[in-house]
Amino acid sequence: MTIKLNFPISDQDIRSLNVGDSVLLSGVMITGRDSVHKWLEDTFVKKTRQPQADDLQVFEAIQPILNGGAIYHCGPVVGGLDDRQYRFVAAGPTTSIREEPYQGDVMRLFNLKGVIGKGGMGPLTLKACQDVPGVYFHAIGGAASLIAQTVKQVLGVHKLEFGVPEAMWVIQVEDFPVVVTMDAKGNSLHSVVREQSRQVLDQLIG
Amino acid sequence: MRDLTPQLLELIRLASTNPPPDVETSLREAFAKEAPGTAAYNALDTILKNVEMTRRNSTPICQDTGTPLFFVRYPEGYSPRQLREQIRAAVMDATKKTYLRPNAVDSLNGKNTGTNLGDQYFPTIHFEEAENDSLTVELILKGGGCENVGAQYSLPDNQLNAGRDLEGVRKTALDAVWRAQGEGCAPGFLGIAIGGDRGSSYIASKEALLSKVGDQNPVPDLAELEQTITDQANQLGIGPMGFSGQTTVLGTKITTTHRLPASFFVTVSYMCWAYRRRKMTVAGDQVTYE
Repeated sequence: MTIKLNFPISDQDIRSLNVGDSVLLSGVMITGRDSVHKWLEDTFVKKTRQPQADDLQVFEAIQPILNGGAIYHCGPVVGGLDDRQYRFVAAGPTTSIREEPYQGDVMRLFNLKGVIGKGGMGPLTLKACQDVPGVYFHAIGGAASLIAQTVKQVLGVHKLEFGVPEAMWVIQVEDFPVVVTMDAKGNSLHSVVREQSRQVLDQLIG
Repeated sequence: MRDLTPQLLELIRLASTNPPPDVETSLREAFAKEAPGTAAYNALDTILKNVEMTRRNSTPICQDTGTPLFFVRYPEGYSPRQLREQIRAAVMDATKKTYLRPNAVDSLNGKNTGTNLGDQYFPTIHFEEAENDSLTVELILKGGGCENVGAQYSLPDNQLNAGRDLEGVRKTALDAVWRAQGEGCAPGFLGIAIGGDRGSSYIASKEALLSKVGDQNPVPDLAELEQTITDQANQLGIGPMGFSGQTTVLGTKITTTHRLPASFFVTVSYMCWAYRRRKMTVAGDQVTYE
């Protein structure tokens, strides 16, 4: 069975999700990956760096979308760069584990309900999923054009100076397909598979 | 020397948007092995639908169009310098046409050049003079997710109880697959190099990925080891996207290169399921793609 959810997502809806659930997401969400997470952590969580340039305006613009919303680990291929008539050509997930040092903090900072990516994340993020609460939604890696079809409109972009793949693209999606692989109850498909495959590995390399 | 920029652009378009037939066949075989309704089945179903769509629409299979790795064999009389200029021009054109994502980032200041052109190492171009009259350009687009899970081992490795023999190679390869889990976009392909120095071993492991999935390794011991590694990696059960499932590795290719007496490197390059590999051959006026 496939569950349909719209942003913003309530705590109750998030808590009802289980590992293995197929979900179609609709509404406005934002892409963010390596540069964005480091920028958020340094400027707004640890505050080791003073806000500069448009930092505060960008924060104010993304805050209402991320509150109850989702961040998508994605560096898209974007058309229409010359005339700013942006469209997503290819937009699959990038590997999420690189954001493990920052993700929990960012979830708490914004009351983020969903983290979307691929490959799963570690114990810090799983703990934040229980606390906030939130879940990790796994998209299909490499299914870039198929996923781009669910991006109905590019509403805007922040921090384009980070580069096209690293910028924050504000997108309107419809029936964006994901699977819950880490839920708000402390379950992670990734830790289960890692442990089971570890046991087989031990037998095979003895 | 003729200008091959348009032909090179077509090579890039083909590589980014249309997987080679041997790769697609492997994916379809893997799909047939998963039980309907499982996350692994649905993942492969999505992957195959995506491939059909990208072929039809000429859009990238994956948004991470990766490091473009060119392997060029040119006949006597060709200028590698001019070929490099043409390849760079084609990469820039392909980026404008959104076949490629701008991926060249200055490591010091973090700036993306926006053109996909970096220094002499980006895109990566390997040149070799050919013995015959045809020019061949092979291209692999290797994404960052799978590149990040590549690994190099120095044998003996105490922790893995891996010695300086093929049994040691088997153990390191399985360890690399286990460490990768789903992060390299499983089910993947392994290019393995035994020997070399650290640098040449990594290059050789990528050259191993130039051969087709069904190609038979001419060295019987290596052919057998390739099959063993693939079979045992699949026993790990990591599965497509790391969702658990029947197929974790779709194929293994092993090559060897001479080493120092003191060194015994095993280098594993992990290629994601979106194994974007195409070849262009220029013989006289004829240009063909495979």
